[in-house]
Amino acid sequence: MYNPGSSQRIVFLGIITSVVIIFLIRLFYVQVINESYSVSATNNVLRYITDYPARGMIYDRKGKIVAFNQAVYDLMVIPKQVKEIDTLEFCKLLDISKESFIDKMKKATSFSRMKASTFEKQISAESFASFQEKLYKFQGFYVQPRTLRKYPNNTAAHVLGYIGEVNDELIAKNPYYRIGDYIGISGIEQSYELELRGRRGVRIVMVDVFNREKGSYKGGIYDTIAIAGQNLVATLDADLQSYGELLLQNKIGSVVAIEPQTGEILAMISSPSYDPNLLVGRVRSKNYGYLLKDENKPLFNRAMQAYYPPGSTFKLTNALAALQEGIIGINTSYPHSFVVGSKSIKCHPHPPIALEGAIQYSCNPYFCNTFRSFVDNRKYGSSENGYRLWREYQMSFGVGKKIGVDMPHELKGLIPTVEFYDKYYGKGHWKASTIYSLGIGQGELGINPMQMANIICIIANKGYYYTPHVIKQIGKYPNTTRNLGERHYTKVSAENFTIIQDGMQRVVEAGTARVARFDSLVICGKTGTAQNPHGKDHSLFVAFAPRDNPKIAIAVMVENAGFGATWAAPIASLMMEKYLKDSVKRHDLEERMLKGYLLPLQNKSLENPGLKVKDSTLVNPKNKKGSSVALLNDKKKKK
Amino acid sequence: MRKQNSIFENIDWLLVVFYLVLVLLGWINIYAAVYNEEHKNMFDLTQSYGRQMLWIGTSLVIGLAILVIDGKFYAAFSFPIYIVTMGILLVVLVIARDVQGARSWIEIGTFKLQPSEFAKFATNMALAKYLSALGIRMEDMKTKITAGLLILLPMALVLLQNDTGSALVFIAFIFVLYREGLSQNVLVFGFFAGVLFILALMVPNTVLIGVIGGLGVVAYLLMRKTKNNLIVILIITALCSGIVFSVDYAFNEILQTHQRERIEVLLGKRSDPKGAGYNVNQSLIAIGSGGLTGKGFLQGTQTKFDFVPEQSTDFIFCTVGEEWGFVGTSFVLILFTLLLYRIVFIAERQRSTYTRIYAYGVASILFFHLMINVGMAIGLAPVIGIPLPFFSYGGSSLWGFTVLLFVLIKLDSYRMYILR
Repeated sequence: MYNPGSSQRIVFLGIITSVVIIFLIRLFYVQVINESYSVSATNNVLRYITDYPARGMIYDRKGKIVAFNQAVYDLMVIPKQVKEIDTLEFCKLLDISKESFIDKMKKATSFSRMKASTFEKQISAESFASFQEKLYKFQGFYVQPRTLRKYPNNTAAHVLGYIGEVNDELIAKNPYYRIGDYIGISGIEQSYELELRGRRGVRIVMVDVFNREKGSYKGGIYDTIAIAGQNLVATLDADLQSYGELLLQNKIGSVVAIEPQTGEILAMISSPSYDPNLLVGRVRSKNYGYLLKDENKPLFNRAMQAYYPPGSTFKLTNALAALQEGIIGINTSYPHSFVVGSKSIKCHPHPPIALEGAIQYSCNPYFCNTFRSFVDNRKYGSSENGYRLWREYQMSFGVGKKIGVDMPHELKGLIPTVEFYDKYYGKGHWKASTIYSLGIGQGELGINPMQMANIICIIANKGYYYTPHVIKQIGKYPNTTRNLGERHYTKVSAENFTIIQDGMQRVVEAGTARVARFDSLVICGKTGTAQNPHGKDHSLFVAFAPRDNPKIAIAVMVENAGFGATWAAPIASLMMEKYLKDSVKRHDLEERMLKGYLLPLQNKSLENPGLKVKDSTLVNPKNKKGSSVALLNDKKKKK
Repeated sequence: MRKQNSIFENIDWLLVVFYLVLVLLGWINIYAAVYNEEHKNMFDLTQSYGRQMLWIGTSLVIGLAILVIDGKFYAAFSFPIYIVTMGILLVVLVIARDVQGARSWIEIGTFKLQPSEFAKFATNMALAKYLSALGIRMEDMKTKITAGLLILLPMALVLLQNDTGSALVFIAFIFVLYREGLSQNVLVFGFFAGVLFILALMVPNTVLIGVIGGLGVVAYLLMRKTKNNLIVILIITALCSGIVFSVDYAFNEILQTHQRERIEVLLGKRSDPKGAGYNVNQSLIAIGSGGLTGKGFLQGTQTKFDFVPEQSTDFIFCTVGEEWGFVGTSFVLILFTLLLYRIVFIAERQRSTYTRIYAYGVASILFFHLMINVGMAIGLAPVIGIPLPFFSYGGSSLWGFTVLLFVLIKLDSYRMYILR
């Protein structure tokens, strides 16, 4: 038989070898050189699932919850997995229209057929309960638990602040945040964002081609565990806060109450206020718009951002500076008027008085004279030097600068510099008689109620203050994020405060603020009537009590309300009674305060004490039927 | 002639070892490809690896049975086996149900058999029998035609079953014919026809014809001294042009849409990673993500989580690539190459022409399967669904390849008893 020999064999083996070599080269390229396939494989199979930690809760000083998280549910859909479902029943359960259903499905499908997208956001626990029973019928839908911030006392909106979704700008600045994350936007929610938010966790899971979970990637070694946010204990007394808000209803103003021995802020009220729950969840942006447009500016935190003339409060610090410098003594008295050129400032008729009496009667000429004695004093060489020193004294009381409250948006206030007056009047063209009104807290001064309350703390403590703060405890430990334990001393030594306290005690016992007396408590106070270029004077009252062991220092400012004794003093007194005695016995006074209506702008709905601003226009998250937050918008439309 | 002392006498153990290693590796990769936490039991018959274990067991029995049968039987019964197999292929055409577009399965209860897997074996035997007969010369036109018909008959029948992949395998016999004396021009012509086919799809026809004509003129100018060459050049030029023109027709009219798309994807004319190109794209991702050393046994994700289609059958090579990396793929390729070398070595040591031709047939079939199967997994061949021998899941194919190989082992062990 013919046998063609070995050449064919070699050709055949050569072909086999060539093909295998080509394959090996190709495999080397695909497997070893080209990295893109690994990336594609990762994209195919790995899903990064974020575990959102629960945001920390906030308690008040007595352990009352003032902010917590309510479970809500996001309904998710994977369009590809949606089989024939009873659309009618589905829509009924969710209380949405068929058009809305079709619209949402279209949106989800255009995002991705395989991947989950949010079908309906923030379904409340109540509506979810009824929906969950039927969930099995709706293939392709599943539910993702989320949380919604809730403020159960409906109080302290300005202090607590609110949270909202992060915007693009913030994401660009802070790499921690991603689209859809929540962040504190104001108040405690903002300043303690880091502590409250915790740390989000990421689980890496593998999915198959149908996007079904197939377990964790590499046994979870790359997963990070979510760390829950820390609970905070606020210094606020929620009851006192609510009570104060009630007293200030239908008034524009502000109250700050601080515990002098610690700097803990017991209450911080800015009126008009709003229910903090209005700025939660899906209704937030809508309500925010309403609040922003409100002419009484409910979003404005007057306690820290408004500039008021300090009025009589400054008579106290003015006197303290003069005492320290030896310019006046406790027996110093001045003529009964203060004459500047043709003008003369006079006082109410009262007997000739020394410092204590001047405080008791809030004698304007006395403090203008004190101011002039200080600023124009020869020992300083010039009025400029005198004023510079006087200003330093005032600033040591925490005015004209930020005191460092642990809340965002604190303003430093205004106390003019020498340079300011040089520029305004010309160098050497001004002296005490030009700017004498500073001595009685009028003129070019701006101070917020927080600073006023802080000054009272200093007087109560006889010379020092602790930085006022709203958070005393983080988790189980004292708040160490800020330097809260340090005493900040003024330039005035302790012994000089006694005469001031004496005077303030007289104010309450026999002076302008007798209305503030209650029980047998020794209260030191000072009324003020800050002139206001825009209208009626602001009613102002500052006080602390009890005198020998101060538990509360308070500053009350009621705008356009006239004399300090009329509105501010009773409100301060009632709040002190509430805080120190737990209940208020002076019902008539309370009644008068509650009924007081001092708003310049008429709002119909404000007769209702529960609603602090014109709530009729707001989307209220609490539906009467107890049904969901989530469905509110749809319901409204239907009506 | 004396009788064999033992059925294992003179057995080429190396082939047996290759066989066992490949089958075992195949099973391991099938296990990994469909691995599922809930079904870890290797013998779970609800899972394909459990069933494959059954096929492996039965294959060993079949292999043993083949060794027991007398060595003379195979040559003697080559034609009857061929005829019976062709009969079965015809029967399949009548009774088979449509499974994924192909009508190639005989179902007996839950048991399914794919006769086309055995047609390769039968055709190989018949071809060996015919070509080894005394007085048969490859040069004779009659021999060429008869051999061609022996191959084309099963090919046509399988094609009628709409199992294009299996039908194409019969092309592999061209290597056998070549070894037995068919002019190498056939291989060269086949190669250039292939190149032209690809070019015709890639380059506009007018350009291609122009280039062919130009080359013809150049060839003529270089070799115009002899008249004979002119005619050859004319014929070749005309033939090439003919191929070019017929490619378009064949491509658009004869091929089915999915086949056309797969070729377009392969040639880069179509980028469709979610449609026609999905298989190859996912296959490349699986293999490519394996890297140098792979993700490790059972750590593959692309195959296990069904991103790669047919991951235990046609695309089993992906699991090798993903879990064992370049180390694994090159190991398997080299193993196959060594097997092929061994078979060719065995072929050339035969005194019996029948055994030699049969052995070449085995090598050619295995090589064709390897080339197409791996080629498609790494994007070098169009997606043609044929299994990787010994590796891919499937009873029929494993049985078919076992029979093919063990008959060779038996014939080889019988070589000492053959008189020239």
